[in-house]
Amino acid sequence: MSAEKKTNNRAKKKRELKGLFNMWLLNNAQACIYSLGQYMRQPVNNLLMTAVIGISLALPASFYVLLDNVRSVSAGWDGSLQITLFLQNDISDLDALSFAKQLDADPRIESTNLINRDDALAEYRSLSGFADALDALDENPFPNVIIAHPKITDGSQPEIDLLIVDLEAMPEIDNAQYDSQWIQRLFHLLDIINRVVIILSAMLATAVLLIVGNTIRLAIHNRRSEIEISKLFGGTDAFIQRPFLYSGFWYGVFGGLIAWLLITIALQILDKPVRELANLYGSQFKLSGLGFKNSSILLLIGVFLGLGGSWVSVKRHMRAIEPL
Amino acid sequence: MIRFTNVYMTYPGGSEALKNLNLHIDSGEMIYITGRSGAGKSTLLKLIALIDRATRGQIIVNGQNLERVRHNRIPYFRRQIGFIFQDHRLLYDRTVFDNVSLPLVIAGYRHKEIRKRAQAALDKVGLLNKINNYPMALSSGEQQRVGVARAVVHRPIYLLADEPTGNLDPALSWETMKLFEQFNQVGVTVLIASHDLDMIKRMKKRIITLKKGRLLTHAGTPIKE
Repeated sequence: MSAEKKTNNRAKKKRELKGLFNMWLLNNAQACIYSLGQYMRQPVNNLLMTAVIGISLALPASFYVLLDNVRSVSAGWDGSLQITLFLQNDISDLDALSFAKQLDADPRIESTNLINRDDALAEYRSLSGFADALDALDENPFPNVIIAHPKITDGSQPEIDLLIVDLEAMPEIDNAQYDSQWIQRLFHLLDIINRVVIILSAMLATAVLLIVGNTIRLAIHNRRSEIEISKLFGGTDAFIQRPFLYSGFWYGVFGGLIAWLLITIALQILDKPVRELANLYGSQFKLSGLGFKNSSILLLIGVFLGLGGSWVSVKRHMRAIEPL
Repeated sequence: MIRFTNVYMTYPGGSEALKNLNLHIDSGEMIYITGRSGAGKSTLLKLIALIDRATRGQIIVNGQNLERVRHNRIPYFRRQIGFIFQDHRLLYDRTVFDNVSLPLVIAGYRHKEIRKRAQAALDKVGLLNKINNYPMALSSGEQQRVGVARAVVHRPIYLLADEPTGNLDPALSWETMKLFEQFNQVGVTVLIASHDLDMIKRMKKRIITLKKGRLLTHAGTPIKE
């Protein structure tokens, strides 16, 4: 009997909880749609506001796309990090070949490429136009050269420096030249630009927060009488705040969409000339867009900033309004 | 039941709105609060609705000691009260229906129930045919009736009216008072702040008079001038 009662009570409680949850869901759906309706009621004002938010989001996002593309171009250059090893003059071709094989075995070296002194001379003769001058020499001035491609872990400079020191200490090697420092510099430059983009993003995100916050503040101010009446008839803070939070949400969503649209249009405009330029370099490079994942992130950031801005504003200004 | 025991109300800045007020209002009573402006009529209503809190003394409404009602419980407390104002305080960007249904939306009623009850309330005040109008399209008297419909739509225990007839001509005022009487007859406790003495006296209900925050007459005797 009492066990039956207990299960009955439990079932009742469960039903009540479910009812509460359904009501909460219904309330949210209502507020969501209501605030969308409010948004649509003043299309020009709200669109202007959203455009401001959209542009603020689009700026850092487009920098990010740019950086992403530069990275994808320069990623292919990692392979061109190379160390040129000038061997001692007295090393024969055969010895040079075996030395190259020996280097190949070094775990820090990806691959080697031997340039025979005779081949070097022939190439220089045909390319430089100094053929006569070379004929005047009685012996080949070129040493055997090995081009070594170091294994790149993350392009870290100290490791490569260490490798060069080791190589230069070898008796067979006259001189080791690391001629790809400019790529290192580029990587560092990209790192700096990356940080600039992050700083800029933070500043513009703050701007979006402030813009949304201020817009919601004005909305709260404009609907003061409605808030007062709602409070008077027993509206909870959550109930009264909800439409404002959802307007922030909509600002974020539409701002994000506008940002996405701006970036997509910009990429469309740039696509053709970039491809033509790439063709001139004999590259198949093509601008990459935001993609699904990054588009979602952009939208999420928009929503987050919109909600955040309105939340701050609601917390600050709603309490001040009490019915009179 | 509403009971004030030694209630003082001092606003920030030092103006004393109520001084040592003792008052008992039974459930189902209809009572007029009168006095000059600044006598403390509105303050009395605000204390009952927890819009302000008394500086001193005890107020009990429907068995609840108002001092003990926490801030986050105030909304639920207020749902047992209906308000009517002199300046109507309707939302002018919403239809009559939306205005009247607001207390029901706040309390979380289902859409079907909201429509049914709002229609019934508007029918009661004779404005069912204006349900889709905007308040601006209505006369002042009609707007006041929309306000009355909004105040009773959620079937409150208490009806608080602050100068409800201040902007109405005598005939409309009388109609409004009769409307309040009808709600009182079905059990709603009605408190009306008004300085329209002639009309109040004709209603033959209990009248209390405030003067500079003190109670003048009490205990069911209509005041004599």
